[in-house]
Amino acid sequence: MITKTRWVPDMFEERQRQSSPDVVYQIRGLNVWYGAQQVLRDITLDIPRNRITAIIGPSGCGKSTFLRTLNRMNDLIPGARVEGEVLLDGQNIYAPEVDPVLLRRRVGMVFQKPNPFPKSIYENVAWAARIHGYRGNMDELVEWALRQAALWDEVKDKLDQPGIALSGGQQQRLCIARALAVKPEVLLMDEPASALDPIATLRIEDLMRDLAREYTIVVVTHNMQQAARVSDLTVFMLAGEDRVGTIIEYGPTQEIFTNPRDKRTEDYITGRFG
Amino acid sequence: MYVSDTYAYASSRERWRRLKDNAFEIVALLATLVGIVFLLVLLVDVVRDGWPRLTWQFLTSFPSRRPQQAGILSALVGTLWVVPLAGIIASVIGVMAGVYLEEFAPQNRLTRFIEINIANLAGVPSVIYGLLGLQLFVRYMRPITGGRTVLSGALTLALLVLPIIIIATREALRSVPPSLRLAGMALGATRWEVTRDHVLPMALPGILTGIILSVARAIGETAPLITIGALTYVAFLPPFGLEGLRSPFTVLPIQIFNWISRPQKAFHINAAAGIVILLTVLLLLNGLAIYLRNRLQKRWRA
Repeated sequence: MITKTRWVPDMFEERQRQSSPDVVYQIRGLNVWYGAQQVLRDITLDIPRNRITAIIGPSGCGKSTFLRTLNRMNDLIPGARVEGEVLLDGQNIYAPEVDPVLLRRRVGMVFQKPNPFPKSIYENVAWAARIHGYRGNMDELVEWALRQAALWDEVKDKLDQPGIALSGGQQQRLCIARALAVKPEVLLMDEPASALDPIATLRIEDLMRDLAREYTIVVVTHNMQQAARVSDLTVFMLAGEDRVGTIIEYGPTQEIFTNPRDKRTEDYITGRFG
Repeated sequence: MYVSDTYAYASSRERWRRLKDNAFEIVALLATLVGIVFLLVLLVDVVRDGWPRLTWQFLTSFPSRRPQQAGILSALVGTLWVVPLAGIIASVIGVMAGVYLEEFAPQNRLTRFIEINIANLAGVPSVIYGLLGLQLFVRYMRPITGGRTVLSGALTLALLVLPIIIIATREALRSVPPSLRLAGMALGATRWEVTRDHVLPMALPGILTGIILSVARAIGETAPLITIGALTYVAFLPPFGLEGLRSPFTVLPIQIFNWISRPQKAFHINAAAGIVILLTVLLLLNGLAIYLRNRLQKRWRA
């Protein structure tokens, strides 16, 4: 039974006691509509802590929508409606007392196309920490976040230059550094490498493996090799004739890719459709 | 045989296509020149007519019954009071309204109703704004504005250009990529924080363009200021400071209009000189705004 407490972002230990320490998200009976069109049906799923969970599936199966339900970015889409429960450390993030602004501070997000702010590299990383009232040494925080994102050595001499002057892969790592600077627990990544070349993609994947030691990562990807290379668990989603997406199969990545139980999963990962 | 036939056909057809391309370019060029030629004719004409009166004395004298002694000082200073003041008032309100409509307003009937009405307001004749200003600012708000004063004139012009600024602000905000807003929101920022630190700075050049347009519109407006009862003969300057807001005033177009409507030829020369001054002020204000815009645009360009 979950007790309803007003949610304060730093009640970390309290949250730990309320839920299983190994599970970050417990999603129960999640349905999502955009206007009259249902887009997700009956999603029930546990997302484990400090693991990389990959969500795969063909275009239009609702995987990006599902990812956005985890930090309530769907709230920004007019007409979006959510039913069901998404528990983050035991707290339903759709409960009325939850402030989505504070939620998003705990759940970072990296988008498909790198979208640095039109400001300096330093400001890109420092901005969010500043608006959240960070009182420590900003230079140290910026360096720490850029090191975490494996970008420090490439930009340490040009922190005052515009973020958009970097290459695509560097911009994406800057966006990761920017997300890490507010010290989230979870990092959501929406096809983070699909706009990058193969070498930049590999660097992002290496970085994800490093980050998984400290963060829980949920990654949406079109690229099945990427899911196989990088993730611990794989969720396969599919939309039927009615364009409503749902989970077909979910399990350790190894099993999904070598020994899928569902015929549709097998068809998809062997490239027969999608 | 077949090949060469095809080629011959293509070649005459190609010539015809090229010809049409050139013809269109010339027509479009002529259309562009129409505006520029008329502007040049106007400029040359007024500079030639007004040249004898374009002196320091003209700039520093008050109006007079004797055309040789009459000057533009009170009208010039009046314009420099009223137009920037109107620009500031309209920019503050207009930018906030544009930000609300574009970044905060829910997509519902009320919002659409407001949007349609703002577009309509942009097309309302300026005399109507003068009548509104007369009743609202000169009469109802007399205790604040002091009647037919700089403040009443500026408020009236501000209302007149408000729709232009709102529409330009919304256009500028719409050209900011949505991904920037998502990036900010995903970091746990509020809408206001994202708007203030990322969206507005990026939209600022476009917003400034709208403000330039509105100032250019306000500077030439005569009708609404005559309607609210701006004076045509002012032999003093608004005192420098806050009390200047409650001072009677005149502006350049009113002074020009006044001189043109006199029968004496000498006053028409004054009018021409006044037009040159008006266009110069307009160019200087526009130049300043364009300079600011270009500086802002350069800042975070990769």
